[in-house]
Amino acid sequence: MAPVATPFFFYLLSLLTLGSAFLVITRRNPVHSALALILGLLAQAGLYLMLYAPFVAGVQIILYAGGIMVLFLFVIMLVNLERAQREEQFNKQWLVGILAACALGALFVFVFWKGSGLFPTSLEPMAEASNTQQVAELLYGPYMFAFEIASLLLLVAMIGAVVMAKKRI
Amino acid sequence: MNGSLAMVPQATDYLRVLPEIVLSIFGMAIMFADPLLKERPPRTLGTLALLGSLLALAATWVQAQYPGFAFWNMVRVDAFSVFFHFLIVAVTAVVILTSFEYMEVEGIRAGEYYGLILLGAVGMSLMSSAVELVLIFLALEISSIATYILAGFRRRAAISSEASLKYFLLGSFATAFFLYGVALMFGATGSTSIQVIGAALSSFEVPALAYAGIALMFVGLAFKVAAAPFHIWTPDVYEGAPAPVVGFMSTAPKAAVFAVLLRLMFEAHAPGRIGLIWVVAALSMTLGNLGALVQNNVKRLLAYSSIAHAGYLLVAFAAVPDSGIPAAMFYAASYAAMNVGAFAVVSHFSNAGERYVKIEDYSGLSSSSPLLAAILTVFLLSLIGIPITGGFIAKFYVFSAALQSNLVGLVILGVLNSAVAAYYYLRVIVVMYMREPRGEVPVSAVPAGMGAAMAVSLAATIYLGVLPGRVLDYAGRAVAEWLH
Repeated sequence: MAPVATPFFFYLLSLLTLGSAFLVITRRNPVHSALALILGLLAQAGLYLMLYAPFVAGVQIILYAGGIMVLFLFVIMLVNLERAQREEQFNKQWLVGILAACALGALFVFVFWKGSGLFPTSLEPMAEASNTQQVAELLYGPYMFAFEIASLLLLVAMIGAVVMAKKRI
Repeated sequence: MNGSLAMVPQATDYLRVLPEIVLSIFGMAIMFADPLLKERPPRTLGTLALLGSLLALAATWVQAQYPGFAFWNMVRVDAFSVFFHFLIVAVTAVVILTSFEYMEVEGIRAGEYYGLILLGAVGMSLMSSAVELVLIFLALEISSIATYILAGFRRRAAISSEASLKYFLLGSFATAFFLYGVALMFGATGSTSIQVIGAALSSFEVPALAYAGIALMFVGLAFKVAAAPFHIWTPDVYEGAPAPVVGFMSTAPKAAVFAVLLRLMFEAHAPGRIGLIWVVAALSMTLGNLGALVQNNVKRLLAYSSIAHAGYLLVAFAAVPDSGIPAAMFYAASYAAMNVGAFAVVSHFSNAGERYVKIEDYSGLSSSSPLLAAILTVFLLSLIGIPITGGFIAKFYVFSAALQSNLVGLVILGVLNSAVAAYYYLRVIVVMYMREPRGEVPVSAVPAGMGAAMAVSLAATIYLGVLPGRVLDYAGRAVAEWLH
C-alpha cells in the first residue's frame, strides 16, 4: 500500500510521543504518569508501523503497552502512594541535565549531517507483506537454538525471583 | 531462507551440545526431586548434582568426537571449546563436592542451590562454544543471573543479600554495555556471527563504529572477570557470598568469559586490541595487588588476588595468538585448580555462619590441623607462582608469550607485581605456621566430600606444575586447529 500523508502522521505521532513523555515526568500522581506512558508507547508503535516494521509495532503494543505496563501499575498500586506524592519530584541537577541534553542534541545534529558516511550502506529492506513471516523464519530457522536457550534464561531468572522473594529457604 | 521447512537440526547438532543438555536435564531434575524429598538430608540432591556434572564430563568427551559447527553456525565445537567445557564442568563437580558440608552447616535449601549451579554451568559452557553474539549474550546472562542469586544464598546474613543486590545492579549495568556493543558491532559489520565479523574487520577499512562496539563489549566482559577499572564490586561480593559459591564464581564464569574474549579478540580481529588490553591488564595487576596488601579478611584478600590474576591472564591477550592463546588457556585452568582449592579450605575452616574468615583466625593452624595448613599453603604458593605448582608454569608461559611479542613494559610490571603479591600470601602462611594457636577456633574433621574436592584441586595444581606438557600441547593444538 502506498503511504498516505506521511509527514502529517509522522509529526502527529512524534508530537503525541513527546507530549505524553512530558506528562510522564510532570504528573504528581504515578497512575496518571503510567497512563501517559501507555499513550507514548502506543504512539511509538505507530512510528514503527510507518517504518514498515509491523512485527516490532505489534510486539511494542503487546509487550510494553500491555504486559510491562500492567506490571508497572501493579507495583504502583502496591507501594505507598501518599509518601511518594509528598516527595520532591525533581532534583536540582539542572546544569548536568542541560549539558547532557546539549551533548545529545549535538550528536543528533552531527549524525543528521554526516550520518550517511558513518554507517555502512543499509541492508535491503524487507518486503512489507512478509515482514513478520521473515522474522518467524529467522527465529525458527537459524536462530532456533538461541530461541530455545532463551527459555533456559527465563527459567533461571524465575528460580532466582522465587528464591529471592521467599522468606525462608 | 526459502526452504525453511527443510531446516531441521540433525543428530550431530544435538551431540555437539550434549554437555549442555545433560546439565540442563539434571538441573531441572533436581528442582523436580526437591519437593519429593522433603524430609531427607540435602545430600541426596547434592549426589544427584554431582552425578549430573560427572555425566556432563563424559558428555564432553562424546562432544569432542564431533568437531564442527552446529545449529547453523551458532555453536562451534573444536578443541578450544572442549578444553573450556572440560574445565568448567570439572570446576562445577568440585564445587558441588565442597558444598555438601556447607549446605548442612548453614541449613540452606539444596534444591535451588544445586539447580542454579548446574543451570549456570550450562550458560558458562555454552559461552565457550557459542560463536554468535546473540547466543553468547544469552549464555552470558544465564551464567550471570545464576551467580547473582547464588551470591545471596546465606539468607541469615545481611551481608550476603547486600552482595547479591550489589552484584545484580552493577552486573545488569555491565550487561547493558555488552549488549550495546553487540548492537554497534552489528551496525558496523552487518552480522552477529564472530566469523563474519572477523572477515569484515580484516578485509576492508575498519569502521569507527567497530571500535566503539569492541570497547563497549570489552567493558561488559571485563566487569564479569573483575578486571580493573571494573572491579569495584569484587571484594564486597566475595566477602558476602557463600564460600563455595565464591570458589565457583571466581573460576568457572571467569574461564567462560575469557573464552568469549579470546574468540572476540582473535577470531573477530578486534581493532585496537593491544592498547586496550595493555591498560586494563596493567591496572588490574597493580590495583588488585595493592588492594590485597591491607586486607584482614581472607575472602576479601582472595577477591583482590583474583583481580590481580585477571590482570596476569589478560597480559596473554596482548601477545601474538600462537603463544598468547595457549598461555591464557593454561592460566585459566591452573587458576581454577588453585582458587577452587583455596576456597574449599576457607569454606571448611569458616564454620557455621562463616565466623572464622579473618587472617588472625588462622593462627597456629599448623599445629591444630597440620594437613589443612599444608594444603592451604600449597594453594597459596601456587597463587604466588612458586615452582612445581601450576601457578608458576602459568605465569611463566604468559610472561614469555608477552616477551615474544615485545611487551617488555607489561612483563616488567607483571613481575614486579608478583613480588608484591608474595607479601600478602606469605602473611597468611606465616600466621598459620609461626603464631600460637587461638583456642577458640574449632577445626572440625574434614568430611569425605570436602576431602575429595581438596584432593582433586591439589592433584590438579601439582600436576599442572610438574607435568604441564600434555595440557600445553593440547592448548597449542587447539589454537592451531582454530586459527589456521
